Amino acid sequence: MEPVLNTTPAAVPIECHTLPNGLTILVQPMPWLRTAALSLNLHAGVHVEPEHLGGLSGLVCEMIQRGAGKYSSRDLVAVQDNLGIDRNSGVSTALVSFGAAMPSESLQAAMEIYAEIVRNPHLPQNQLDDAKMMAVQELRAMEDEPTHRVMRRLRELHYGKDLGRSIYGTETGINEITQDNIRDFYQTNYHAGGSILSIAGKVETQQILDWAQAAFGDWKTGEVHALASPNGIAKYEHFESSSSQTHIGFAFNSIPYGHPDYFKMRAGIGVLSDGMSSRLFDRVREQRGLCYTVTASCHSLKNGGGVFGYAGTTPERAQETLDVTLHEIEHLIEDIELSELERWKVRIESGLIMEQESSASRTSSLASDFYQIGRPITTDELETTIESLTLDDVRHYWSANPPSDYRIVTLGPNALTIPNSSESTAV
Amino acid sequence: MPEFRETTLSNGLRIAAEIDDRGYSAAYGYFVRAGARDEVDCEAGLSHFLEHMMFKGTARRSATDVNRELDELGGQSNAYTSEEQTVYYATVLPKFQDRIVDLLTDMLSPTLDEDEFATERQVILEEIAKYEDQPPFGAFERAMEVHFGPRGLGRRVLGTAESIRTMEASIMRDYFNRRYRPENIVLAASGNIDFDGLVAQVEQLTQSWAERPTTPPPATDPSDLVPVGISLETRIAIPDAQQAYFVGITPGPSSTSTDRYAARVLGSIMGDEGGSRLFWELIDSGRAEVATLWPHEFIDAGAWFTYMVCAPEDANSNRRLMEEVIQRTVASGIKPEELQQTISKATAGSIMQSERPSNRLFGIGSRWLTCQEYLSTDETLDCLRGITVEDVEQAAKKYLTTSGTDIIAAAETDSAVT
Repeated sequence: MEPVLNTTPAAVPIECHTLPNGLTILVQPMPWLRTAALSLNLHAGVHVEPEHLGGLSGLVCEMIQRGAGKYSSRDLVAVQDNLGIDRNSGVSTALVSFGAAMPSESLQAAMEIYAEIVRNPHLPQNQLDDAKMMAVQELRAMEDEPTHRVMRRLRELHYGKDLGRSIYGTETGINEITQDNIRDFYQTNYHAGGSILSIAGKVETQQILDWAQAAFGDWKTGEVHALASPNGIAKYEHFESSSSQTHIGFAFNSIPYGHPDYFKMRAGIGVLSDGMSSRLFDRVREQRGLCYTVTASCHSLKNGGGVFGYAGTTPERAQETLDVTLHEIEHLIEDIELSELERWKVRIESGLIMEQESSASRTSSLASDFYQIGRPITTDELETTIESLTLDDVRHYWSANPPSDYRIVTLGPNALTIPNSSESTAV
Repeated sequence: MPEFRETTLSNGLRIAAEIDDRGYSAAYGYFVRAGARDEVDCEAGLSHFLEHMMFKGTARRSATDVNRELDELGGQSNAYTSEEQTVYYATVLPKFQDRIVDLLTDMLSPTLDEDEFATERQVILEEIAKYEDQPPFGAFERAMEVHFGPRGLGRRVLGTAESIRTMEASIMRDYFNRRYRPENIVLAASGNIDFDGLVAQVEQLTQSWAERPTTPPPATDPSDLVPVGISLETRIAIPDAQQAYFVGITPGPSSTSTDRYAARVLGSIMGDEGGSRLFWELIDSGRAEVATLWPHEFIDAGAWFTYMVCAPEDANSNRRLMEEVIQRTVASGIKPEELQQTISKATAGSIMQSERPSNRLFGIGSRWLTCQEYLSTDETLDCLRGITVEDVEQAAKKYLTTSGTDIIAAAETDSAVT
């Protein structure tokens, strides 16, 4: 196979600058683009919600966008549309994140608008009921998605009650939220301390630093709370449903992105599930025709990780699907071949090169790398790490850390038999 | 600026490319005029089934070889089937052009092996079952079936469990020979492309395509019978559904209608997520989870979809609200600032999309296949910027005043939903 190294553009330096108030600004110029993107991340995710108010962090994220500074809710939408800002926002376990991609001329205005949103929101009390109904709508819609139900429950089992909380909250939690809860959560958790602003695209580093200083330099700082420890347990749960397919979710313990062995682990999952020649796709779907969707992927929190997988199949073939899938996972390294590792490397390296075409994609990688390991990673560094992986690295990691303590959730007409399961529950 | 080049090979196969030497990637796709509307009853679901079989081996490659080589080239590759076309595509680093073109081209001469056919039948049945479990539970397919009739544009892309279970490989071979003829196919490319190299390679690789045997057209379907496995009921009962799902369908502009840009702008002003008329009335207020509408263009016809999802008990009042928003727009028109906002948003969206060659591929290939026409990003933007308030208001009067079909998917007990 041809080497794919030395095909990336000249390494572009990443500027990493932390303001006295704790906001870190990451800038990567991509002068060949016409666009720029920003990603603003604060430590105001699900994990700082009070236990009985599930859904509060998401609701605050919604409420702060319903008017800020000189803008009403509708003004905000109009001004962002007119600037051509393609935007998204949402909460995760640790963070609340705001992403925006746009023609590069709009970037300065966008930074000013996001500063208003996170620093001077109106939090209009007369819109709280609407926002709560919106959150309940979203929650109910998820109930109609069997895959989502399975994976949500799997996440709770995997990380435990605290760390595994759903980002959508609960209907009871949302209904209980008051204006005071919104204000308190906002005042306590929306600050510069530990926050990350990453920017990539057609930008000039010094200009970005100046704009960031002007928009966020005098923002208050605050405390960052550590995540709860993962405390999930091995368990099987089944939701009975008259669905057409049996939806199978499985998870097992793994290491987070910042772990020195991460890519040795990740390469194994790549061989297992990345691409059409991967083991799960080839052996579960292509050779046996057991399902349309079968996947496994890595998930990382700062202090823990997991491999999460899913397969959907008709009930009469569900047991075989589960058995074959787990067999493939457990026997991964017995006959793993160099060509499989090499295919995975080309895939990752091509992805890294193609990331140069998208400022939005680069921006979110910058923020995520910094959050996970506390420093930016250049494309070159990542390529070198990937390229240097050997088959023995992957073999040694997986033989020293075999998958165990499966958490398994199924939804369908019948429960399945789980190999060596100590505890199981029908819901 | 990207450069557009095109040619027609001696066998009738067309090639169209938007070339930009600055690109980090290159995207290639075969666009085939073979979709659900080209099938007869005994072929229902065949275009899509055939799409799967293209990955199952050729005279030169086994199924495993095909998947392995696609992965070795490191890019993103896939395929999809619609009512009007089947598309096979891949995005790779430019240095892999020869290899990916050789592979994609070879894939379009499948062996259609009987054992692979039998295994893949199971995968398709799983795909059908998967969508049965997902909101909105087949409501869009049902809307198309009722609106266009269960054949032609109304035929389900996946077919039905019945049509797939009884499908035979010999029928697939005949269908393949009928539709996969060079004159029905466009190879589109975008990004960092070596166009001359591409043309020379494909000319040589596809010489035999003109020799595919001709097969007699299949017998026409009895128009008085509903195909096996198809229902034309407008109510779909979903026992466990929490939400109620509404899909409305009325006529819309075709892909050659002169008012299609005005219709798209109207759809955006009315239905865009995060700041349209329906958004402010129904979503921002928490009344509904989804409330939107949009035009969908086909070659010679068009559909206008409305889609609303909410709690069953709010369904009737929400549908009235939606209708009021629509009627108000038809009666009182739109504001210039709404038009400006939509055009700004669409302009920025196009610029961002155009940075990735893979995003440009589908528009270029589909348009060349169906209309032999190319529009650059700037030309498309000029069409959008030329839209006036009057154009949008005329489109509203033309497309939002016709009555059509409403499909409801909800729990059976929600008899209040009408």
